[in-house]
Amino acid sequence: MIFPSTAHGSSSVGTRDASRDLFPCIECLRRRRCVSDNLTRGGVPIEFFHISVLLRPHKSPPHEPHPQEATMAEAVVLLDVWVSPFGQRCRIALAEKGVAYEYKEEDLSNKSPMLLQANPVHKKIPVLIHDGKPVCESLVIVQYIDEVWSDGAPILPADPYARAQARFWGDFVDKKIYECGTRLWKLKGEALQEAKKEFIEILKVLEAELGDRKYFGGDAFGYVDIALVPFFAWFYTYETCGGFSVEAEAPKLVAWGKRCMERESVSQTLYDPLKVYEFVGFLKKKYGVE
Amino acid sequence: MDQQPPTAFDLELLGSWADSHTHRVQLALKLKGLPFEYQEEDPLRPSPAVLLHNPVYGSLPVLLHRGRAVLHSVVILQYLDETWPRGRLLLPSDPCDRAAARFWSHFADDKLAPSVAAVFSSCPGDGRKAAVEQVHQNLKLLEREMGGGGAFEGRRFFGGDEIGLLDVVLGCGSYWLAVFEEAMEVKLVDPEAFPRFHAWLRDFEEQREVRETIPPIDKLLEYANAVRQMMLGGTADDNVAVN
Repeated sequence: MIFPSTAHGSSSVGTRDASRDLFPCIECLRRRRCVSDNLTRGGVPIEFFHISVLLRPHKSPPHEPHPQEATMAEAVVLLDVWVSPFGQRCRIALAEKGVAYEYKEEDLSNKSPMLLQANPVHKKIPVLIHDGKPVCESLVIVQYIDEVWSDGAPILPADPYARAQARFWGDFVDKKIYECGTRLWKLKGEALQEAKKEFIEILKVLEAELGDRKYFGGDAFGYVDIALVPFFAWFYTYETCGGFSVEAEAPKLVAWGKRCMERESVSQTLYDPLKVYEFVGFLKKKYGVE
Repeated sequence: MDQQPPTAFDLELLGSWADSHTHRVQLALKLKGLPFEYQEEDPLRPSPAVLLHNPVYGSLPVLLHRGRAVLHSVVILQYLDETWPRGRLLLPSDPCDRAAARFWSHFADDKLAPSVAAVFSSCPGDGRKAAVEQVHQNLKLLEREMGGGGAFEGRRFFGGDEIGLLDVVLGCGSYWLAVFEEAMEVKLVDPEAFPRFHAWLRDFEEQREVRETIPPIDKLLEYANAVRQMMLGGTADDNVAVN
């Protein structure tokens, strides 16, 4: 089953065209003017997607596909949103394996028929569509990428016990970081203090697991690193909103994040923490948080 | 990685008799013909052994393989497949099918199970109606996936002709549907609304290994009623609606 390409949302084969990053289509151009008006008039709900489109900075593509790879790239499509740490896991995994793919930016306020058809259960990104078949949920996608492109550098280790440990910690990151982190920017007062306490505890648990290793996977960058590293760009937002310092609470974790950023797959995928903070700032306005 | 078949002392399972996640591991071990020692634990009062081997959550089940702990039932099932790959496998070989099994296992734990639990803790009236409707919405999604164009179209079990990982994950827990239907006097699995799911569940429950693993429904019902009494406080003076 091949999904037709949609007119809405940006689409570029493995590369990120600079102009299309900021103005995906004429419709978004038109709405951008309306959004600017809304901002100056105030009182009208901000279309946060279109803000996020405006905010999304240009990034060089992590992988320039060879012209002959263009056809192969069309067979692999990633439905995603630029700032999503879950989508970034998939992008990092694809880059680590050197897989050419087509990136499609989704408008979460106006989900494409492709997304709704590919993920009817949750209607969420990321979704990887490979030869027309959808794979949903970021860590399921990462394992799928590892299994299909098995001649690339392995993401999960070979040893079954190490794999079980990796899956456990990937699940821990999934259950804990985003939910608690979101409370740090959404809540105030007592509830915020509670979230801060929990988040610091989560960081310490992760740091204890990392220990003195180069990566969570040991010497090799792997599954747990991929699961967690997109949130490295969110640490600035979390610590600023929460009133603490990630580096003070978990210095080894910050050092690990910096090491990961030395990998092209990570540095080409993560956005500047200030951009993430700016994005969350607009989310806060949308949800009436201050 | 191909290991020698385990002796009875290689594998120890810490679990609870009424815990569906424990049943998943017990069933998987039985399907694979892997011998193991079983230690009954109290899920509300984790023993020092559980806290030692699962310091992050203190939860069950915990599988110990030569003293090393493997945690989370779905992780354990995959560990068993990968450690003894020559035996009966729970995960399919095709990466797309494996992804579907993992995705729907998460659905079972993150959506279906909480919605079923919400029925259990609901009070009679609109709250219970809404909780039941949520279960139906979730079963509808599964039912659709088992039908035309779905990932599991035309299969006897989610794993194909034999029980696989997703059958174990969904099946060990689906008996609560029958238990809560009785305890809460609601209809959760209507054979007319969910014919494929209903047929799959009956087929699953008739398998020998499943019958040997899942406790009798009346024992589970007794347990559920006791837990519900505990949740509701159990006295009329509390002004709590008791079913």
